Amino acid sequence: MTNFFKSNLVIMLVFSGVVLTAPIWLAPIGADYPDLLQKFAIFGIFAIGFNILFGLTGYLSFGHATFLGVGSYTAVWAFKLLSMNVIPAILLGTAMAGVFALVIGYLSLRRSGIYFSILTLAFAQMSYSLAYSVLTPITNGETGLQLSQQDPRVIDGLFGVPVEAGLPSTNLFNISMSGLSGFYFCAVILIIAFYVSLKIFRSPFGLKLRAIKSNQTRMKYTGFNTRPYLLSSFVISGMYAGLAGSLMAVTDPLAGAERMQWTASGEVVLMTILGGAGTLLGPLLGATIIKYFENIFSALNSSELHKIFADLPDTLENMVVAIINPFVGDGWHLMLGALFMIIVIFLPGGVMEGLTRFFKWFKHIFSFGKKQPATNSDATSKGEAK
Amino acid sequence: MSTILDIDGVNKTFGGLHALRDVHLKIEQGETHAIIGPNGAGKSTLLNCCIGRLIPDSGSVTFDGNNMIGMKAHDINHAGMVRVFQTPEIFPDLDLLQNVMIPALAKREGTFSFNPFKTLAKEKAIHDEAMETLADFELDKFHNKLAGSISRGDKRRLELAMGLIQHPTLLLLDEPTAGMARHDTNRTIDLLKSEKMSNMTKVIIEHDMHVVFSLADRISVLARGHIIATGTPDEIKNDQKVKDAYLGEGDDE
Repeated sequence: MTNFFKSNLVIMLVFSGVVLTAPIWLAPIGADYPDLLQKFAIFGIFAIGFNILFGLTGYLSFGHATFLGVGSYTAVWAFKLLSMNVIPAILLGTAMAGVFALVIGYLSLRRSGIYFSILTLAFAQMSYSLAYSVLTPITNGETGLQLSQQDPRVIDGLFGVPVEAGLPSTNLFNISMSGLSGFYFCAVILIIAFYVSLKIFRSPFGLKLRAIKSNQTRMKYTGFNTRPYLLSSFVISGMYAGLAGSLMAVTDPLAGAERMQWTASGEVVLMTILGGAGTLLGPLLGATIIKYFENIFSALNSSELHKIFADLPDTLENMVVAIINPFVGDGWHLMLGALFMIIVIFLPGGVMEGLTRFFKWFKHIFSFGKKQPATNSDATSKGEAK
Repeated sequence: MSTILDIDGVNKTFGGLHALRDVHLKIEQGETHAIIGPNGAGKSTLLNCCIGRLIPDSGSVTFDGNNMIGMKAHDINHAGMVRVFQTPEIFPDLDLLQNVMIPALAKREGTFSFNPFKTLAKEKAIHDEAMETLADFELDKFHNKLAGSISRGDKRRLELAMGLIQHPTLLLLDEPTAGMARHDTNRTIDLLKSEKMSNMTKVIIEHDMHVVFSLADRISVLARGHIIATGTPDEIKNDQKVKDAYLGEGDDE
């Protein structure tokens, strides 16, 4: 029974069903418009990939936004030079991010723990500075890399795609990549990305990565050369980030250096930990939760808050608004910080741990009277200790 | 009998401390060789020099015809020398079955293999071998428990199982019964003497004389970085120098 529910096929069917119907079931909470849905999918891919490094091996990279940025820049260049079709853009974006990850990973993985984190952060800041000022001919510096009508687009030229007035838009064999079709494209990529992650989690390779996290010394004396394992996982997660970055360029074909800033690297760490590092679904949940709340709370301002609390007596209304106001709008990061602290302190395993505990509690309530309570309380205490 | 491990003239100093002085030791194929000695005699240093954790200042360590000095830990493992640590080195966040499957995978796949699309659940041969090994060590009943949650005695047996599944040419055991209750110690002795392990060449570092005399074919005594005696248990029992080293420690200082 449990084996059936945990088989790859069932998991993938349920997962695909849930993702593809997202525009329907997210409607009641006002998250059903394509832009936001696309964001969920893209940051979901980013976090799922980050989890393959951080969740499995325990190596905390503070520089994954580099690969996001590299993916975006490469994709935009592919749009400029080759074609407005998204396929070459995401393939090249992913591959280029992989090359960067190989170089940065090779150097950073000479150290572990905090030194590894600092090295990746240093590389990310270097890449950011390069993109922002030094490599202006490639990245167009502060303004960001944009499409223009004069771009060659060699492949489109060969196939005689008509040149329209105004900037062309991205497409998948003439299906426009804006609106819902854009979301479904990202959703299909997300499903593939999730499947790859599931396969890795359940492979001997994934087991060895988890063993490295658990006890790297033992791993070496067991006869494994751990460095290539770590590097493979670093490159895979870098490629996921590159894929996410190129999808960002697909939805909006411009790339700026701010995509590589350390705050973007930090965000994916928050997503992964918030959702539950090392779990299959956690990072995706974390990404969705953060992007959803960002969408709601950063849009609020004091006049909107006054509207929401208009039913309260005036003095009380003013007080409530004064308390909440610093946490919304531009102050949304304050809210995020508070949310993050609460999760890390009370649920170190993230949202996924919360869900596991909830289901245990649920089972406990419903099995009450059927089974003897002793075994149940035993199971709960074990879950908490873990 | 042929020599499997040849330690020849090994010296090691830490600052002013001369931890090993000109150590010569030959381990023969199939024997169980115990290395004993008072605290600080250099037993662990000697072991670390054999497995590449430390590099001796001079001298050579030859195992199965290969020079071991400067070799990486994972290469030494594949050469056939496996070490069981004094504080159990296991994978605390994985279950017992996975703990034993990993060394079996290492034996089959070598130092690195990239197979992210293979399914672990389909590794039937490795799974069965791991379960069998766990059963030999009476650990199969809780094979899906996390290794970090079992008792210390069980952890040490688990580590032995992890070593055994690789069928090493030489097993190095660093105080395999330290911190164990008598009952657990006897169980470990029985395991090491059991059919599956009795023919394996073993080097045991041990404080507990009961363990040493029940297991060892030959014993070497290390004191202040020197091997002062090597011989059968009976020869060692009656050796004057050994008695001095253990009983008269400190007299000449």
